Amino acid sequence: MKIESIVENVTINIDGQDVEVPKGINIIEAVKMVGKGKEVPHYCYHPKLSIAGNCRMCMVEMGMPMRDRATGEAVLEEDGTQKIAWMPKPTIGCATNASQGMHIITGSEMVKESRNGVTEFLLINHPLDCPICDQAGECRLQEFSAEHGRGYSRFIEDKNVKPKRSRLGPNVTLDDERCILCSRCVRFSKEVANDDVLGFVDRGTYSTLTCFPGKELSHNYSLNTVDICPVGALTSTDFRFKMRVWFLKRTHSICTESSVGANTEIWSREGKIYRITPRRNDEVNDTWMTDTGRALYKEIESEDRLMHYSIEGVHKASDEVAVAATELLKSGKVAIVGSAHSSVEEQFFYKAIAERSGAKVSLVSHHGDGDGLLQSEDRTPNLRGALVTGLISELPSENLEVLARDINSGAVKTILAVNEDLTELGISKDVLAKAKVIYVGSHANRTSEVANIVLPSLMVFEKDGSFINQSFRIQGFKAAIPGPRGVQSDFMVLEKIAAALAGEKATAITIDSVWERMTATIDQLSDSLRWHSLPEEGVALDATAFLNLGFVETKNLKYDPVAFKEAHAALAEV
Amino acid sequence: MSHQETRLIFKHIDEEGYTNDIDCYVKNGGYDQLKKAVTMKPEDICAEVLTSGVRGRGGAGFPAGMKWKFLDRKSGKPIYLICNADESEPGTFKDRQIIHQDPHQLIEGMMCTAFAIQAKLAFIYIRGEFFEGYKILESAIEEARKKNFLGDNILGSGYSCDIIVHRGAGAYICGEETGLIESLEGFRANPRIKPPYFPAALGAYQCPTIVNNVETLCDVKHIIEMGGEGFAKIGTPGNTGTRIWCVSGHVQKPGYYEFACADITLGQLINDICGGLKPGRKLKAVIPGGSSSKILRADERFTGKLKDGTEYDWGIEDIPMDFDSLMAVGSMSGSGGVIVMDDTTDMVEALANINYFYAHESCGQCTPCREGVPWMRKVTQRMLDGEAREEDADLLKSIADQIAGRTICAFGEAASWPVQSFIAKFKDEFVEKAQEQAARRKEGKETAETTTLI
Repeated sequence: MKIESIVENVTINIDGQDVEVPKGINIIEAVKMVGKGKEVPHYCYHPKLSIAGNCRMCMVEMGMPMRDRATGEAVLEEDGTQKIAWMPKPTIGCATNASQGMHIITGSEMVKESRNGVTEFLLINHPLDCPICDQAGECRLQEFSAEHGRGYSRFIEDKNVKPKRSRLGPNVTLDDERCILCSRCVRFSKEVANDDVLGFVDRGTYSTLTCFPGKELSHNYSLNTVDICPVGALTSTDFRFKMRVWFLKRTHSICTESSVGANTEIWSREGKIYRITPRRNDEVNDTWMTDTGRALYKEIESEDRLMHYSIEGVHKASDEVAVAATELLKSGKVAIVGSAHSSVEEQFFYKAIAERSGAKVSLVSHHGDGDGLLQSEDRTPNLRGALVTGLISELPSENLEVLARDINSGAVKTILAVNEDLTELGISKDVLAKAKVIYVGSHANRTSEVANIVLPSLMVFEKDGSFINQSFRIQGFKAAIPGPRGVQSDFMVLEKIAAALAGEKATAITIDSVWERMTATIDQLSDSLRWHSLPEEGVALDATAFLNLGFVETKNLKYDPVAFKEAHAALAEV
Repeated sequence: MSHQETRLIFKHIDEEGYTNDIDCYVKNGGYDQLKKAVTMKPEDICAEVLTSGVRGRGGAGFPAGMKWKFLDRKSGKPIYLICNADESEPGTFKDRQIIHQDPHQLIEGMMCTAFAIQAKLAFIYIRGEFFEGYKILESAIEEARKKNFLGDNILGSGYSCDIIVHRGAGAYICGEETGLIESLEGFRANPRIKPPYFPAALGAYQCPTIVNNVETLCDVKHIIEMGGEGFAKIGTPGNTGTRIWCVSGHVQKPGYYEFACADITLGQLINDICGGLKPGRKLKAVIPGGSSSKILRADERFTGKLKDGTEYDWGIEDIPMDFDSLMAVGSMSGSGGVIVMDDTTDMVEALANINYFYAHESCGQCTPCREGVPWMRKVTQRMLDGEAREEDADLLKSIADQIAGRTICAFGEAASWPVQSFIAKFKDEFVEKAQEQAARRKEGKETAETTTLI
């Protein structure tokens, strides 16, 4: 049930406190709403999956106002208060839905005793190998055992033996002994990834998670099963045994794989990224992301990474390069090949540079097949940013044949290329040789090899900025690790060029001063909005000006182009 | 004192010359009740069943008429009827006899029920091991279909319904009604959480479904024959109709015996009907309603007040065999499997046997049952293997207490009640076991002989 669809509120009583909650919400969520860190412990329940009710950890005591069976009238206590008919057994919070007058006790002796019981049961056949387990530090079993366990074991029998390292798919390795059979991964594959590959074989205490015969967990969402595994059973083959999670710093970021803009968390230590996991945003990606999106950080250490500012192949300081680039751009007949991989801030500067150098701006589209979930057809994170900043006013074309003609005709003499390999887009090396090329990008390609000036740029993991996703939601990302030594944030170098082009002196800028300028000139961004104050879930921008462009995205997890257009049109009418 | 059986369901069971084909059944008045039923209003049949007070014969003893009343008829979805023929409670062997010897009685009862609840389709979920029964049912259904007792436009009534026989794949848990439905749908027999999946509202294929035991469905036929009030005259108020008691264990004449509820006492059943214990043996304990019901100790006194206010003071042999009396003494009539144990029984071994069964049959879906029941099995097995500890009795009880009432389905109770009751009533034997073994260990002897379970 979607929480948004519930309008009616009911009053329920949780541990003696009356709380107003949406009708039908389950007790785990209701207790969360009480706040103060109050939580009903649970393993199998996940807000984005169906209810299984199998872990039995979330048990609470539940009662309803007692009514006379014959008359339907309320039965009162001697002191005149409503009498509560308590259920004789504890009930599971995940499958108990709030209704008017419901009473819940989350900490009675019965509740504690049943949670302790479940904890003891989960541990008897568990290998208790926390010292070598990747999940340690973020393991619900470990946490709840400290809270609800007895501290010693009454189990003196032999533990069950199960497979320790089964390969479920290219990215996931399973330790069956740690599995508590909560079925989250099974439900995820079936309900979210639409690829029903996981199931249990054998019975009772020998139940074992496995793939269906002849199949493997190879869909592009397989690592989400690792995220939602409450214990260390499903492990990322990539991250396995690499790092203790408590050593890792967590930084909020945005996935650049496609225009979906999945919210992510980057886990890094001492300038090195160890893994990327999804961050919950119910408007964008729920709690999921693609496997391919998680692997993007590997590009950081790629051998073809551009590390130095250079002019004609000679390493220079960034200031010198900025001056040289400015000179080239001043000479007129300039074309800019921008990028939908650039952040909104960078695009804002490219727009300024284009205006000041009289350059014509083109972008190139990067399309692929959409998977209907979190990988959209547009494989760039920030096409909407290019539109909102005014860098472009039309959708990009597939190639740069027009630009090639302009070079041939002599109409273009200088090209500022951002992150694109022009030789793959209809401009042959010979044609390219006729123009001066300034290349801005994170990695080397054939264009950077022939470029007269190269400005290395930072990857999304190394800088602050923002992207605007498919539904015109602007979302911020933060630098998790420093970039290559000496490489500055793109917009700092661009400021030097843009200021010089206008004959002004470059100022020392921060991301918020960039935002000050941006919000002053861009209609869609409200004046008071700053990067630092961007809410976690991002801000939905007014897309009215762009509704008639033929975006390529089709319906996916949280975006439906038809519904989006209709909703905006309805809004515009109001 | 001799006691007369009241053979209602088992009227023709083991009768000389009675065969399980349709001609024999019809010759003995078969399908007359179905002919009558289809002329009645469905809601009238439901009302008769409610009046009859017939309680479910599968184990829980819930009034069948009440169960039918819970059917969600407003949903507009088709209604399904399922016959639970997954008879697998240790100690129970009644449904198998009905299926083997009188399959048409079941079919007639089912079609009467299907008509009463206006089911779109009926299923018989038969235990996988009952292969012979499956073949018999299939051919009986074919015979009945030919005579239009089921199929399209049954007996010209305009009502159509067919029966599909589905063989289980061999698991005790398939007898749990929601597990049965999952299995019928083709999934692992993992029982569903209730709420929301009460079969009467969200059963087979998420449609309203009634699941009744074989014997209960047969009762429906007889309720139509004698009317709800007529049926209610058999037995006592609240305990109407007959029960088939499947007696096994240390008696001279084990077998199935059908009596009106409360017609005989446990003592009469054991001593008079079943010929008593073997010579020289003394009664030690009785499990009155299948292996999951709580054990009764031979020298116990049961005192208290019944629902109707009458006080009772019974020894084990005085307990009237019906639903409420057995519940009053802390056990249950369950599926009618009476397991008698004499004084040669090693209670630790008996419990180990039961634990082995439940550990083997736990579906493994929810934590307390999946982990707790095999733990209890390991403890009792270890006790037999010569490693018993005095504290094991308390440990067993504690584990059982952590299971009962904490699971998705009633299997949790079914598996813990034996342990709870064995420890409550025979704790001394569990402690003695440990002491004996300790003494033998001291003398340098083997602590245990090899025991093979099941």
